[in-house]
Amino acid sequence: MTEATLQKEAHGDVETTRTGQVYRPNVDILERPDELLLAADMPGTRGEAIDIHFEDGELTIRGPVAARQPADTNYLLSEYGVGDFYRTFRVSEQIDASRIAAEYADGVLTLHLPKVEAAKPRKITVHSK
Amino acid sequence: MTAWRTNGLPSVNQLRTEMDRLVGDFFGGVSTAMPRTFASIRAFPAVNVWEKGNELFAEAELAGLKTEDVDISVTGNELTIRGRRPEAAADEALFHRRERGAGEFSRTLRLPYEVDGQHVEATLRDGVLSIRLPKAASARPRKIHVAAK
Repeated sequence: MTEATLQKEAHGDVETTRTGQVYRPNVDILERPDELLLAADMPGTRGEAIDIHFEDGELTIRGPVAARQPADTNYLLSEYGVGDFYRTFRVSEQIDASRIAAEYADGVLTLHLPKVEAAKPRKITVHSK
Repeated sequence: MTAWRTNGLPSVNQLRTEMDRLVGDFFGGVSTAMPRTFASIRAFPAVNVWEKGNELFAEAELAGLKTEDVDISVTGNELTIRGRRPEAAADEALFHRRERGAGEFSRTLRLPYEVDGQHVEATLRDGVLSIRLPKAASARPRKIHVAAK
C-alpha cells in the first residue's frame, strides 16, 4: 500500500476569476482495498454546483458558496468567513476517472475514487510442492 | 456597539486575538466543553452573530450533522449549541488524512441581551445552522410618549 497516496496540495496561491475569499475545506481521506474515499466539509454549497475535476493525477474540488448576508452586515461576533470552497490534491494512486462518483449531503461532499484494476492489492498464493 | 467584520480576512491569529477581545467586551466570556476530538479545536463550532431590528441572528457551520444531531437551548441571554458528529467509518480502512473533527461538542455564547426563548427558530440546511433570536420584551427599546398638556 502506498504511503501518502494523496500528497500535499498544490502550493502557491489560488487564482480565481471571481473576487472574494476562497476557503480550504477540511477533509478525511481514507483508503480502502478498491477505492480512495474522500469526505470534505463544504457547508452551504449546492450539490449540483460543485465542480470536481480530475486530470493527470490532480484532483480539484470547487464548491461555490453564495453570500448569505449582505456585505454591509455588522457582525457582533464573526468567527468564520463565507466564500467558495476550493482545494486541490495530487493523487499518486491510479484512479479510474470514468468511475469517480460523488454525493453531497448535509454539507459534506463524499467522493469515491475507484482504483484501476492494476492498483488493487492482489493476494498471491504460494503453492508448496 | 463596535462592529467587527471579516471582509479582507485577517490572519487567523489576528482574528483570534480580535475575537478574544470581542468576547471579553461583549459576550462576557464563552464557556466551552469539548470532550474528545473536538478538544483540539479552540471553540467549536465557530459562530457568527449579527443583529437586525429586534432580532439577533446566529449562524454556525455544522457539516455532516442532521437536525436530530443538534440541540439548541436558550436561557435568558445564553445560547447553547450542543451536538454530536458521528465518527467517520474506520473499518479496516487506512486514513491518509483526518482533518474533520468528530464526537461531541457544546458551546455557550452569552448574548448582549435577553432573548425570547419561546420564539427562537433554528434551521439546519446543507450543514449551515441558522438561529433567529427575537429580543425579549424586556430588552426592547420602549417608546415613551410625552403627553403634551
